[in-house]
Amino acid sequence: MQTHKTGIISSIKAFVRDPFRMFGIVSVVLLLLLTIAPAKDYFSQWHGYQRQYLRFIQNRGDAVTLRRHFEGGIQQIWIPQLGVVDRCQTCHLGLTEASLADVKEEPFRAHPVMPHKLTEFGCVICHRGQGAATTVKEAHHSEMAGEEPILPARYMESSCGQCHQEPLEGTPKLNKGRVILSRYGCVNCHSIVLPDGTKMEASDNPPPLTHIADKTTREWIYAWLKDPTSYSASATMPNFNLSDADASDISAFLIANSVPQPGDTAEVSAESHGPAPDPSAGASLYGESFCASCHATQNAAGNLVGGDLGPELTNVGTKVKPGWLVAWMRDPQKYDPKTPMPQYRWSDAQLKLISAYVQSKTNPDLLANVHLAAATPAQIAHGKKLVIEYGCASCHEIPGVPKSDNFGPNLSRIGSKPVVQLVFLPGMEHTLPAYLAQKIRQPRSFGSSFRMPRYNFTASQVDEVTTALLALTDRSFSLPANLQLAAVHETNYRPAGQAGQIMTSLNCLSCHRINGRGGDMAPDLSWEGTSVQRQWLDDFLKNPNTLRPALIRRMPRFNLTDSERTILTDYMMTVYQTAAFQRDEMPLTGYPPELVEKGRQLFYSKYACQSCHIVNPNEDKGYIGPTLTKVGARLNAAWIFHYLKDPQALRPGTIEPNQHMSDDDARALTAFLMAQKTGAGQGAKR
Amino acid sequence: MKANPWITGMLAVTACTGCMHQKASAPALKAKATGTAIVVVSGDKQLGGIGARLSQPLVLQVNDDQGNAVTGAKVDLTGPRGVVLDPAEVLTDDNGQATIKVTLSGIPGRYEVTASSQDAHGKPFTLSVAEFAAGYQQEVGYEVNEKYCSRCHNPDSTVEQVSNYDNLAVKPHAFTSGDIYNKLSESDLSNIIEHGGPAMNRSALMPPYEWTLNKAEIQAMIAYIRLVSDPPYMAPGVVYGKH
Ligand code: HEC
Repeated sequence: MQTHKTGIISSIKAFVRDPFRMFGIVSVVLLLLLTIAPAKDYFSQWHGYQRQYLRFIQNRGDAVTLRRHFEGGIQQIWIPQLGVVDRCQTCHLGLTEASLADVKEEPFRAHPVMPHKLTEFGCVICHRGQGAATTVKEAHHSEMAGEEPILPARYMESSCGQCHQEPLEGTPKLNKGRVILSRYGCVNCHSIVLPDGTKMEASDNPPPLTHIADKTTREWIYAWLKDPTSYSASATMPNFNLSDADASDISAFLIANSVPQPGDTAEVSAESHGPAPDPSAGASLYGESFCASCHATQNAAGNLVGGDLGPELTNVGTKVKPGWLVAWMRDPQKYDPKTPMPQYRWSDAQLKLISAYVQSKTNPDLLANVHLAAATPAQIAHGKKLVIEYGCASCHEIPGVPKSDNFGPNLSRIGSKPVVQLVFLPGMEHTLPAYLAQKIRQPRSFGSSFRMPRYNFTASQVDEVTTALLALTDRSFSLPANLQLAAVHETNYRPAGQAGQIMTSLNCLSCHRINGRGGDMAPDLSWEGTSVQRQWLDDFLKNPNTLRPALIRRMPRFNLTDSERTILTDYMMTVYQTAAFQRDEMPLTGYPPELVEKGRQLFYSKYACQSCHIVNPNEDKGYIGPTLTKVGARLNAAWIFHYLKDPQALRPGTIEPNQHMSDDDARALTAFLMAQKTGAGQGAKR
Repeated sequence: MKANPWITGMLAVTACTGCMHQKASAPALKAKATGTAIVVVSGDKQLGGIGARLSQPLVLQVNDDQGNAVTGAKVDLTGPRGVVLDPAEVLTDDNGQATIKVTLSGIPGRYEVTASSQDAHGKPFTLSVAEFAAGYQQEVGYEVNEKYCSRCHNPDSTVEQVSNYDNLAVKPHAFTSGDIYNKLSESDLSNIIEHGGPAMNRSALMPPYEWTLNKAEIQAMIAYIRLVSDPPYMAPGVVYGKH
């Protein structure tokens, strides 16, 4: 050891004594040190990609142009306002080269067409990952706290949703996912506050359970709780995986807790007397009333036919008590003030017919094996405990069980939840999307103590919901105000006065939109008074015949009294007007025959309207648009004229192509259409 | 943060044994019977989102030379990079059918999936089916088509949407008819869509969409037409197959 030390010391001494040698060695060391930086660069991963790119473009037809566009070194997009420092283009070198669109492999492919420029938002806002990183691993796969891995392409639409709270044409998945969140009542338990401060609202209309014993039996409740889809394939209520005993106790509690409501069963006695109604007459009343516009039933082939605004009725006879059904059909809002179902104003005879028909839709197998012993007080108390534990009151009104507002975790920022905070199942991919998808698909797979129920979603629905959840990021709250595009919210419009009362009992807004509130199944009525003639409206309410033969959803007949009809017609003709022009600025009749003839020619040749509309029922066949055989007795001339000039201005979103018509052409066509009053195809022979 | 080399090393070793284990535990399927042809039952030519599983599985059937379904024939599936076929090898079921879940790659475009099997003499026979992955632009095009165009251009009716095709005196073509659309250039297509049939000396039954759709929507519609066209569309001036 000692000798060793003296050896080193002596050699250093010799070295110091020889300045030339010292100079030589020091300079070699310094030179070597200087080359480290460039060498590190040269052997770095991104440099490898740049060399590979240069070789790759040599074989392309436009090699010269591509070479000219190429810039070596670290490339960076820097957007201080958004906190973007993205160096992705250091390796993704072809992103802006349109001619590289056919390249099938990354990283040299052109970016597919998108609605924003690359320099506007950079890469990471949509794709996630670490923009400032310069190795693939760090940029794409980091799971460290505060960092995120790349978002798989299938969820890409979620990124649009950070700014865009409104539905977009190019993001069908995101739109559908958001609809599911409210339609399946997810937001009843999980609150979701949007960046504009509003809360996402549920649209699932879960029925109140206040008077449930009037409506159905404990056996049915039991079977439904065990598996909602066994009763109706399209059930929106999820499955809570209840044990037989728990389902039995909950059903016992709900029945015991139900408050009888006078009138709910009043019709039973009247119903049970009288002759048995003719089933085929019931079926035709069901058809004429267009119940299928909102309610689906399974046909022989097992397919659901009908709308989904109301519950599926395939097995409804097994569920509802006959007396309750009659009372419900007479006045649905009495049982559930929030129901979207209209009050049909059926006569007693009709009520008997239709309820007997509906009651006949049964499935005896459903309850064949349900035998419940009378419930003990202990079971009822246990049932109540379960009802509280499972948060039933988050969706349903249940007397004595208060609604808790934040039953499940708040999901307003779930899309930014760090991977390190998630607990994964063995074998699961360690990413947030994979976690969310599994949680939606099989919530209880994470442990039997979890209370979240299981929905019966298809694989694409799971993708859609995951996409909608991934859009709820921290970033969406911190965006500059001009990038926060608010959701379209319903107004709180309510029709007023006597007409308002009638419209509320008819629930017109379940299907029609008026002044920014209501459904989208039927036309918007905000300007109906400018659009149609008074006499036509009155007749239509008396006997709604369809204008579009190809539609399966239709306006039902509500059996209004003469005075109800007059009130409604007057109200709509006066109140539902556009301010854009005067209803009566053009006459209903008296157009010169030459003008009508000119209109006829325009209709059939220049604009070829017959491809979608019928004026002469013997000649024309188009049936995408409404039939125009009697349009002169239906619409006002001024409405037709302005509509022809700009259809989307009067009916936003209509598919009628805007033909940019001159005033002269529009006037001639108006004259021709106003001549169509009786359905004989006046002036319409070709 | 620096990764501990010991931990990394051990992880790598575990991962490797893991994957070896997986290979070993999946025994290669052995054909129990052979056929002579593969046919599509359903699920081809679907349009799906990029990177997403197609909504319907691909169902194929193996037939013998009499055209009868063969149970227990082995079908191998291969696809371009990024396409996941689950399972990638399968024996046909009691109906002679194989059901495969298809997940498309993250890049928009047309994907050919090839199914192959062997006959009694070990001679292979194959079938290729096309599936389409829609990116943002094709997705917008799809929506435009559904809303505005398909009622005239698609002859098939559904309960929800009755086709208008039969009512038209001059018949339009389905957007999948590659032999018609591939001959039309980008500018021909945007011309007829913007200005209507008469702009190209065609029937006025084809309306102009210049004032109803914006430029981006029309471009998107063209991208959609190019995506679904059959035979596939080849853009002029692009060099193919050199890389
Ligand atoms: C009212 C029916 C109708 C609608 C709606 C319609 N088209 Fe057409 N389209 C036609 C008819 C008819 C033709 C054939 C014209 C001819 O060959 O003279 C046609 C032809 C075309 C052609 C030329 C290729 C061919 O099929 O012969 C294109 C491209 C086209 N349409 C695109 C569109 C697009 C895009 C839309 C939607 C934005 C659309 N069409 C909507 C009826 C329609």
